[in-house]
Amino acid sequence: MTVTTYRPNPSPIPNPIPTSAPFWAGTKEHRLMLQRCPSGHVFYYARTHCPQCLSKELEWFEASGRGTLYSFTVCERAQSPDFEPDVPYVVAAIALEEGPRMTSLLVDTPHDQVRCDMPVEVVWQEAGDEVAMPYFRGA
Amino acid sequence: MRGLRGEAAIVGVAEFAPTRKPEKLWMGLEAYSELARMALDDAGLTIGDVDAVLTGNNLQEAQMFIPATIIEYLGIESHFSEVVDLGGASGAGLVLRAAMAIEMGLCETALCMLYTQAHHRNPKAPPVNYARDWGGGVWGSPQAEFEIPFGAVQGTYGYAMIANRYAHEFGLTGEQRAKVAVDQRTNALAHPDAVFRNTPITTEDVLNSPMICSPLHMLEIVMPCMGGAAVVVTSKEKASKTKNRPVYVVGGGENTTHRSVTYEPDFTHSPIKAASDRAWAMSGLKPKDIDLASLYDCYTITVLLTLEDTGFCGKGEAGRFVMEHDLTYKGDFPMNTHGGQLSFGQAGIAGGMSHVTEAVLQLQGRAGDRQLRKCDTAFVNGNGGIMSEQVSIILRGA
Repeated sequence: MTVTTYRPNPSPIPNPIPTSAPFWAGTKEHRLMLQRCPSGHVFYYARTHCPQCLSKELEWFEASGRGTLYSFTVCERAQSPDFEPDVPYVVAAIALEEGPRMTSLLVDTPHDQVRCDMPVEVVWQEAGDEVAMPYFRGA
Repeated sequence: MRGLRGEAAIVGVAEFAPTRKPEKLWMGLEAYSELARMALDDAGLTIGDVDAVLTGNNLQEAQMFIPATIIEYLGIESHFSEVVDLGGASGAGLVLRAAMAIEMGLCETALCMLYTQAHHRNPKAPPVNYARDWGGGVWGSPQAEFEIPFGAVQGTYGYAMIANRYAHEFGLTGEQRAKVAVDQRTNALAHPDAVFRNTPITTEDVLNSPMICSPLHMLEIVMPCMGGAAVVVTSKEKASKTKNRPVYVVGGGENTTHRSVTYEPDFTHSPIKAASDRAWAMSGLKPKDIDLASLYDCYTITVLLTLEDTGFCGKGEAGRFVMEHDLTYKGDFPMNTHGGQLSFGQAGIAGGMSHVTEAVLQLQGRAGDRQLRKCDTAFVNGNGGIMSEQVSIILRGA
């Protein structure tokens, strides 16, 4: 597996709770995991109950890692001290192929080519023993 | 439709002038006491008239039992006590709740107070590390795990993403966004307490100010200040005995849909619509009946979306609407005549109350150099988080 560094020493890194542990375990295998209920409602982030019907019969499945860029912003000023080394960086709202939206960083994509609704795909940033960070880039 | 009958009235207001460096430091209880004294004096009432207290979620001296702490300090009995935690919508939310409680007969005269006045620091405590995470950094919070590590911190990135999505769907230029900031600055020049009362700006100034999160420039973003505001709401009977024209709360509506903007159902059709639809229906008024629009304005894009989702113009038309109208107190569509928070200053959680206090001053004919020739109705919108919490109220002068 080729390891590319998109953001050296990413900080802060998530500190999972029991419910979200399967999601973050998936990231270590570079699998983007989502949950769904028997009615087919798919959602992000990890929960004990479906946010559409409150079903507790949830299963994890691997998402395609593909989606489109719902929106984005190029941060020219760091919005927290952790991101000062990253300026300018792109915060992105990703519309995943399976339906849910998630917020991530858009990396490895020239800023002048970033457009709403462009296709994107997940890439992985190693971040210690417990988690890898799912970032996205133009596909 | 059931709802408010318009029988609760705002009769007094008070506001600390927003400032970056206050001359006077208060403890939280002291700031609330001063705001209460000023607002009651403004109304011509006394502390003995007060039988309800509504405040925000921040009090330096108490993390629990906030109303009781304030009530004991003020030396009153309260028959309706409430902490409202709706971010920037808290100001409108306090007034709406006070009106509800008064019409229901639970209480007669309510103090609605918010503050972020600079206060004394505990000299024995370590330096405060101010939370930049809006309280979402605690373990187990969805923000801590799925937002903050991805750079989704504070509000600017979120409003910037909304602006980019809006421009993608409907088209929006920098000049159109800047018009909001420029006209509001003109208003602030006529307000003696506005932080930017001495500095006119042009469209070029806005678009040449530093880019913070594209497409939003520094002059499209509120500057945090210290301050505080209080509003006294009372019954129709008592309102008739106060000093100024009573301002009745004739409609209200509320809507909250998300905390992180990631999960806002649609970036370009905000939860404001459902809140304002309820307020319009309850009041029987329509946008054309309104003399003053007092719309929460943490960013220029916020105002544009609010104009559309409250029905002052159609979806996708806000950019053109602001170019075609003069938004100043001298203009054909007076909006945020105090300068808005962009130019009056955003006193933290109290900033949203400035949209209420300005509406009251205009309706009571006490707005000084920026007074509208005719002002009998006002529409106020409060917005919390990243378009998360919405409270619309409609006010009418007696």
